[in-house]
Amino acid sequence: MAEAYIYDAVRTPRGKGKSDGTLHEITPVHLATQVLEAIRDRNNLDTENVDDVILGCVSPVGEQGADIARVAVLQADYAQSTAGVQINRFCASGLEATNMAAAKVMSGEADMAIGGGVESMSRVPMGSDGGAMVSDPAVAIKNYFVPQGISADVIATKYGFSRDDVDSYAVESQKRAAKSWEENRFEKSVVPVKDVMGEVILSHDETVRPDTDMQSLGALNPSFAMMGEGMPGFDTIAIQRYPELEKVHHVHHAGNSSGIVDGAAGILIGTKEIGEKLGLTPRAKIRAMASTGSEPTIMLTGPEFVTQKLLKRAGMDKKDIDLWELNEAFASVVLRYMQALDLDHNEINVCGGAIAMGHPLGATGAMILGTVLDELERTGKETALATLCVGGGMGTATVIERV
Amino acid sequence: MSYETLSFEVDGDGIALLTIDLPGQSMNVWNQQLTEEFKKAVDEILADEKIVGTVITSGKDSGFLAGADLRMLGSQTQGGPTTAEIFEGAIGMNNMFRRMETGGHTAKELAKGATTKPFAVAINGLALGGGLEVCLASHYRVASDSPKVQLGLPEALVGLLPGAGGTQRTPRLIGMQNAMMLCTSGRPMKADEALSKGLIHEIAPHDQIVAKAKEWVKANPKVRQPWDEKKFKFPGGQGAMDPRVVPILAGSAAMSQVQTWHNMPQIDKILSCIYEGSIVPIETALRIESKYFTTLIQSAQTQNMIRSLFVNKQAAEKGAKRPKNVEATTINKVAVLGAGMMGAGIAYVTAKAGMEVVLLDREVAYAEKGKDYSRKLNDKGVSRGKLSKEKSEEMLSRITPTENYDDIADVDLVIEAVFEDPGIKADVIKKTEAVIGKDKIFASNTSTLPITGLAKHSERADQFIGIHFFSPVDKMPLVEIIPGEESNDLSLATALDYVKKIKKTPIVVKDTRGFYTNRVVPPYCNEAMLMVTEGVNPALIDNCARILGMPVGPLALVDETSQELGLRISKATREELGEEAMPRGPVDDLLELFVEKLGRKGRKSGGGFYEYPEGGKKHLWQGLEEHYPLADNQPSQEEVIERLLYSQLVPAAQCFHDGVVFDPESADLGAIFGWGFAPWTGGPMSHIDTIGMEEFVRTAERLAQQHGSRFAPPPSFRDMAEKGEKLYKAA
Repeated sequence: MAEAYIYDAVRTPRGKGKSDGTLHEITPVHLATQVLEAIRDRNNLDTENVDDVILGCVSPVGEQGADIARVAVLQADYAQSTAGVQINRFCASGLEATNMAAAKVMSGEADMAIGGGVESMSRVPMGSDGGAMVSDPAVAIKNYFVPQGISADVIATKYGFSRDDVDSYAVESQKRAAKSWEENRFEKSVVPVKDVMGEVILSHDETVRPDTDMQSLGALNPSFAMMGEGMPGFDTIAIQRYPELEKVHHVHHAGNSSGIVDGAAGILIGTKEIGEKLGLTPRAKIRAMASTGSEPTIMLTGPEFVTQKLLKRAGMDKKDIDLWELNEAFASVVLRYMQALDLDHNEINVCGGAIAMGHPLGATGAMILGTVLDELERTGKETALATLCVGGGMGTATVIERV
Repeated sequence: MSYETLSFEVDGDGIALLTIDLPGQSMNVWNQQLTEEFKKAVDEILADEKIVGTVITSGKDSGFLAGADLRMLGSQTQGGPTTAEIFEGAIGMNNMFRRMETGGHTAKELAKGATTKPFAVAINGLALGGGLEVCLASHYRVASDSPKVQLGLPEALVGLLPGAGGTQRTPRLIGMQNAMMLCTSGRPMKADEALSKGLIHEIAPHDQIVAKAKEWVKANPKVRQPWDEKKFKFPGGQGAMDPRVVPILAGSAAMSQVQTWHNMPQIDKILSCIYEGSIVPIETALRIESKYFTTLIQSAQTQNMIRSLFVNKQAAEKGAKRPKNVEATTINKVAVLGAGMMGAGIAYVTAKAGMEVVLLDREVAYAEKGKDYSRKLNDKGVSRGKLSKEKSEEMLSRITPTENYDDIADVDLVIEAVFEDPGIKADVIKKTEAVIGKDKIFASNTSTLPITGLAKHSERADQFIGIHFFSPVDKMPLVEIIPGEESNDLSLATALDYVKKIKKTPIVVKDTRGFYTNRVVPPYCNEAMLMVTEGVNPALIDNCARILGMPVGPLALVDETSQELGLRISKATREELGEEAMPRGPVDDLLELFVEKLGRKGRKSGGGFYEYPEGGKKHLWQGLEEHYPLADNQPSQEEVIERLLYSQLVPAAQCFHDGVVFDPESADLGAIFGWGFAPWTGGPMSHIDTIGMEEFVRTAERLAQQHGSRFAPPPSFRDMAEKGEKLYKAA
């Protein structure tokens, strides 16, 4: 089987995902198009060599509907022969798209493919696609469905993370993100977003708040207490699944949860041969990939299980990983992962994460893979694991190794 | 064509008046015969060109139509009809109503403009279940302004769903959210609420409803239902695919889980009917409803619920256990002796039911205080708009507080609720019998003293009986009737007639220590406390009870009834039975620790397993772990649930074995309405039948080996298991 190599990783800066966010005026197609253009232009790519473009998108309706990947391919003036497909594994869509691109390359289906994602959360709000998981009573009731924020609070309660623990984590995430921007750690990947006139309108992640401290976070009210304790009472449903808990402690709020943002990302993946043919230098190879499912009510502990699965299948050990990257969906998700795998905070999310910079659902997986690749190169380290927690109790992970 | 259950006559305008009037019944219900005849009548009306339209009404003063005769639905599980046959039956009703509202036109024809003859309905009183559903399938609904009008779909309360279009026409008339409330709560609406929500079209003076309905029919000779219009829209949105409906759906699914703890499949299926049905046209939607209805009918759980919660409950309340040879008794005035918590509660329910009450205590001030309890409850009702000031005053005027035995001389029944002391009781019995009529019945509300023993203090032991209420009397639906050895039929009949008047559910039990419920609840609570002493997480214990379907956890229940009472009863019982029959155990230590050392005597006295912060929610007492540290290895959810379940099933089975309860029906009713035993099971005896006698015996024996002989199944149950018998014999 062929090896899959990463030749490039590109992302847009992340814009605040509200109507006053800078990227609100940019269509999601235009965001994805600019990523594809950057990959082509930075690598002098004859796009006839790109067999497929796989883009993650979590709310694929309206202007994000009808296979936005193929639409972006056409808008970016790629060769007509380049196919495009949109996929959805919720929050891990961007990483799953990358894994699928790699799998196509490994299996021989493609010589070269792009995996990535796009989400304009300011224009197509979360939940716009409805879905049986939330709406269909037969599904919601059978699976003890609760919103993710409740799940995050259940993790904090079950595994003993206090409000101070989650807030401290968030403060540190903000610090790391700010420092990384200061030190230009993201410059290799970030391509500024241009408007329809061709003018740059955003070159930095818009939601980073370097001055965040325990006091400012302490002033925020928990976001999920009302729906948990009041109507409709999701805490009780979580307790029905976890009867060992007397109650759920609500510790998460806007300041220690991932931000709602707009953005897009792409990873260029190909065989060794195609790289040689096109004169491209591989930056890393995909060492292992995995996805798994776990209990859907607590929902967000999948990364622990997918990591164990992946390491076992790849014959690897925890010690083989130099840098860890886990999407900061909620602070407790990362704290539980560190606890379960006995990781030091210095080895994980070293450049900050979605609490500071935001989580454009469909794109984040590809973004964090690019971030950790840049960081491996900057620090001269070899191997990294990127993973995300996923709705419905899933987890997706990828291990890359520099070449 | 001739009919027995209905009649119809056509007036000069060509309008048929179809009057439903079941012969020999006090209330109209959908039974086999009415269903068949109604179908024929609809066909006849549609075929007869001289008939321009129809008004449906009821020939009963008692109301319009009270729903389906649920006994029709019984015994469908074993060797009964196939899935397809049940579905055919269920869809039959839907097809009949559909034919009535379409005139036999297809949906396509209607969408293209076809119309049919109007059916209007004149609702003269309560219209529940299938009674409301026939109204919803009519084109126009006029309700009487009588306060007796109630419009509701109570199917969910007995484990069913509205299966004759109720789950489909309500969301199309009043919106999905309102429909979900109406169908899942079972709570009926008054006419004005129904009018404002859009469930009915008009309210008219009682004697004009038929005229008004005819007026509408005359003015609207060509009609079709709103949902057969091409451009039909759901009120408040476009059905389940409208994004605005998503939060409503998510919220309803969540709230149903919060309320049912996954124990009431009929609620889940009602939500599914409304959700799925809103995405498709009405005819497909009705088919979906009939299919979900079929799955419920086929489940043993639903059959158990119908049997216990409806059929047997009604039978008990109507006097199934009443001696037939005794003529109806007259109870207009009742003496309640002792105005403590129980006496005050008994006075309240008695006066509320319209009887005169003489409330007697040692001093009139105590008796007044007892009457204040009724005043407080009434004031609450008035402030919530559920009771008028006049009605409250009228009710209170029926309670006469006194300290003078002469005031009870002319009562029809005496209920004694004085302190649980044989000496005091003997004194009260003597003083009472000195003044009351020689043919009157004396009832004791004792919960701990044998009736036969107390009857010895009576000069008329044959007119002495136990009527055991539960606290709080105004809320608890069950009453245990305990005939003593010498009690005659008149005492039993009087007690049952009285319970019928106060609208509670009676079971007749044997005169033995604790009667029925108090022989089962203590072992159950003890099991929970024993687990605490073993280091089981108390949250797990109480939550597992909720998962099992209990209304509160056993530890919270102990707090309510109080550790102090638990300790007192346990000490008294040990004194009576001896140390050998009832050896001390860890639970005795726990109760002594709580009551004597920690001063945690119960919810109202220092707290118990829980803390009760003022104005806040209760939470587990943090100090418990100091005395009973959590074990490293916690039992699984399944293990805890099994112990909590079998610590009720086995003692209940033992009671049946010992003849404390005389039949499975009473054991089931007593459990559900006495201590809230998981209603979804239909009661402990129904549940044993459902899990299988062999399985019950096997599990009980395993638990006996693991945890102690208290779990050993009674011998007669082993016999039944061997013989492959059930508790409920096939009907």
